[in-house]
Amino acid sequence: MSKQYAHRSGIVKIIFIVVGVLFVLRLSMLQLFDKEYKEKAKNQSLRIITQYPSRGLMYDRNGQLLVYNEAVYDLMVIPRMVKDLDTDYFCRNVGITREDFISRMEKAYTYSPYSGSIFMKQISKEDFGRWENNLYKFKGFYISKRTLRIYDKPIAAHVLGYVGEVNEKDLEEKPYYKRGDYIGKSGLEASYEEVLRGVKGKKVMQVDVHNREIGSYMHGQQDTMPIEGKNLYTTIDADLQEYAEKVMANKRGCIVAIEPSTGEVLTLLSAPCYDPNLLVGRIRGANFKKLNEDISKPLFNRALQAQYPPGSIFKVAQAMIALHLGVITPSTGFVCDKVIGCHNHPSARSVQEAIKMSCNPYFYYTYRRVIQQGKYKNIYKDSQYGLTVWHNYMNRFGFGIKLPTDLPNIKSGNIPDTAFYNKWYGKERWAFTTIYSNSIGQGEVEVVPLQMANLACIVANRGYYYTPHLVRYYGSDTSRNEEFYTKHETGISREYFDIAARGMYDVVHGAGGTAHKADIPGIDVCGKTGTAENYGDDHSVFIAFAPKDNPKIAVAVYVENARGGGGTWAAPIASLIIEKYIRGEVKRKDVEKYYTETNPCQRLPLARRIKKPKRR
Amino acid sequence: MQARQLPSTEKKRYDWVPILLYLGIVLFGWLNIYAACYDEMHASVFDFSRQHGKQLLWMGIAFLMAICVLLIHPRVFSSSAYVIYGIVLILLVVTLFIGTVTHGGQSWIDFGAFKFQPSEFAKFATALALAKTISAIDIDLTLPRTRITLALMVLIPAGLILLQHDTGSALVFLAFLLPFFREGLSHYILLVGVLAIILFVSALLINKFILMGIILALCLFYLFVWLSKRTSRTYWHTAAFFVVCCLFTLSVDFTFEHILETHQRNRIYVLLGKVEDPKGIGYNVDQAKIAIGSGGLFGKGFLNGTITKADFVPEQETDFIFCTVGEEWGFLGSIVLLAAYVYLLVYLIGMAERQRSTFSRFYGYSVAGILFFHFFINIGMVLGLVPVIGIPLPFFSYGGSSLIAFTLLLFIFIRQDADKNALI
Repeated sequence: MSKQYAHRSGIVKIIFIVVGVLFVLRLSMLQLFDKEYKEKAKNQSLRIITQYPSRGLMYDRNGQLLVYNEAVYDLMVIPRMVKDLDTDYFCRNVGITREDFISRMEKAYTYSPYSGSIFMKQISKEDFGRWENNLYKFKGFYISKRTLRIYDKPIAAHVLGYVGEVNEKDLEEKPYYKRGDYIGKSGLEASYEEVLRGVKGKKVMQVDVHNREIGSYMHGQQDTMPIEGKNLYTTIDADLQEYAEKVMANKRGCIVAIEPSTGEVLTLLSAPCYDPNLLVGRIRGANFKKLNEDISKPLFNRALQAQYPPGSIFKVAQAMIALHLGVITPSTGFVCDKVIGCHNHPSARSVQEAIKMSCNPYFYYTYRRVIQQGKYKNIYKDSQYGLTVWHNYMNRFGFGIKLPTDLPNIKSGNIPDTAFYNKWYGKERWAFTTIYSNSIGQGEVEVVPLQMANLACIVANRGYYYTPHLVRYYGSDTSRNEEFYTKHETGISREYFDIAARGMYDVVHGAGGTAHKADIPGIDVCGKTGTAENYGDDHSVFIAFAPKDNPKIAVAVYVENARGGGGTWAAPIASLIIEKYIRGEVKRKDVEKYYTETNPCQRLPLARRIKKPKRR
Repeated sequence: MQARQLPSTEKKRYDWVPILLYLGIVLFGWLNIYAACYDEMHASVFDFSRQHGKQLLWMGIAFLMAICVLLIHPRVFSSSAYVIYGIVLILLVVTLFIGTVTHGGQSWIDFGAFKFQPSEFAKFATALALAKTISAIDIDLTLPRTRITLALMVLIPAGLILLQHDTGSALVFLAFLLPFFREGLSHYILLVGVLAIILFVSALLINKFILMGIILALCLFYLFVWLSKRTSRTYWHTAAFFVVCCLFTLSVDFTFEHILETHQRNRIYVLLGKVEDPKGIGYNVDQAKIAIGSGGLFGKGFLNGTITKADFVPEQETDFIFCTVGEEWGFLGSIVLLAAYVYLLVYLIGMAERQRSTFSRFYGYSVAGILFFHFFINIGMVLGLVPVIGIPLPFFSYGGSSLIAFTLLLFIFIRQDADKNALI
């Protein structure tokens, strides 16, 4: 065998040699005979100029401009191309020190000596205009036009979000971005990044040895035009947002207002608010650090990320689920026996009265019937069954799930399920008496304010909600996101919600109601107060919608550590928002003045809230 | 010591020709890597954050391993061939799950400090395993069973690498046709392969029906002009040949549109000049040609390249490293490098032929085949003769895994050659 095919070694050697000769011939063609490539190489010093599209603008629901752009200039440098530079003259023109110049040059060198990198960022039109005519003297430097965000009204910072330079992670994950590019970091800027940013274009220019542009490369075949970013048409009402921010200026907490019939968010704020202009341009770094270190956490979007105990507003949902499960009827009464703490009031003889008076024992007994329905003899198994049913209905109310809204980083809150308690206490080691705090929106229940406003929407709509969202449409295509306009049904009968609405009406108007301060003459406000216990002063909570029939607005107000219950602070503030939205102005000037100027939360709670179930 | 265990009394003698060629190519390669990523700010040779610094490190490791291989008894490799093959297969499978993605191919295992590419090692592992199988005493190459086994041994690693989307490295396994050819693979298979490539390219370039007409004309010419004697068998054969060719031609479109990926399609179109793709891969090839063409007869001199220096050619220090040679060392420098490769390849064939054992001969042919395939595709691609397939130039391109794997591949053979009269 080995000898039989030995002659084939010759064939193989010949193939090798033929390929070698072929390569040599090709090389001689390229290197010796064809002059085309030498000519091309001469013109080969190309400069790729990235053309940045302007970022899409954002409008409020009435067409008011919220965000727009301003042109600024980045001074770019190709370190290898810098020649015969009069450094002093250059520094005087650009306005930097010699040391600064050296450190910037070194930075550019480490990025790449042969391709352009940013020498100086975001030079204003005015500054650039002063030495624009001298630019030609600085070989190796050129200008790249960029845009910065500008906000006429300093509002809605948490909704709009901010834009910043891409970080290492972005660069790795998204090949579209190059070092120094901008990307939406939070809010709508982040969630609609791809819509807003447009598509970068590039212009390839040939430059001669003196770094002068001598024309386009390959007749502009490689050039691409930038595609402008699309405008966002948001659901925010700028006037209402501005008003709400003014009211909350000296408080901590948040306000979310939604149009119940569409799920469009009218106002969303987290106090303390900050001026979005602070996080733009060259001042951004220093300001970001300051805001980030502020103990009142202005950068934290409480409306979506703060998981608060809801307090008594939760009772509305509790009542609906209990009625639906048939464990109580609309006319069920419970004696206010102070089995858990309660204020002094007559015993509630119906669900409507219980909501009006916010009777804690009433909901203690109601919740007991939900959790221990008597399906199993074993009390632990029975509680497991009851909790599972309850948990599923709570999810239908949007609690314990991340509402699929169009702002990033929303939290789900917490609606405990059997797995949660099994992990905490052990399987069949817990029953109603272990978890009764949930009945009044305390205990392990946590809710984000957007979900609270959504609860108000559900009652306003008498049983369903639309996903709360902030953008109607973008660009020239006015079709809307179907997902946002799909009804989410709770599956609970409309007549029960009518009871809830009547109860909430009584909260504001009825004798013994807890929120008379929310009354607006001429508008039928329906609301529910909450006082959320925590380790600092109580949080003041209020959800409301108005008018009672065909509601135009649903709102949730959460004031952190306000001394006094939901009726004291959150309710009147909510009424201001409702009046402003429905009437366009607030007639109750004295109410407006008092609640705008007074600061209920003088100090921050010393101890941070520690997450731990209450054992009693 | 070891010599006494061998059946031959001859002392082991290392052949220094391939070793010196290897050293020359590696060192010249490093100079070009240094030039390709050179800038004044980081001129230090031992800057290990830069590619030329890292390559020095890889070279050190590769040399150490080469010396180790030369000191090990050659039988170690033949007896552990299946073990090595198995380990590499496992690594390839593991890579599919935990591999990191670079340039669209998921072929790297990331160890944090360094990355490791198992597909580079699959080549010599497969070569060892095939050599082991084929050198078995009772092997009968005429049995279909044997043939299928051998084919599977090549196709399994190739398939795994293909699954990593590393088409280039998978294609390298075609190189095993060469040792098989030497062991008696029918030359018809090679002819069919060449014919298929010609038909494929022609089908892309000209109208399919015109092409089929040409084939028909050629068949008729063969039958009635070329042949003097015609039997019914020759008619049938020619007719069958024509039908197969036509079917193949018609299937080209489907293969092209549905089996190849967009970038692969583009690379072939660019090569054939059917589309201009100055932004994508066409830019790369165009810049490579410009870089080489601007070198002229003598080149611009070491570190004086302008095109390759200014980052105009992407993948400058890996797959397109030959550009730097062309630009800085010119036609003369390039010829010297090409000559070194061809001489090494031809010399390896000579070495393989003087082996007494089938194992060593087959392995030697595998080494020559793999090196030749890389050499042919890489230089061909840079010169614009074959489509862009990203595989490195052996011993020359930047990259630790490839340098070490090629070094092992070559030096195992050099070690075997030192005991060429032994029956390993």
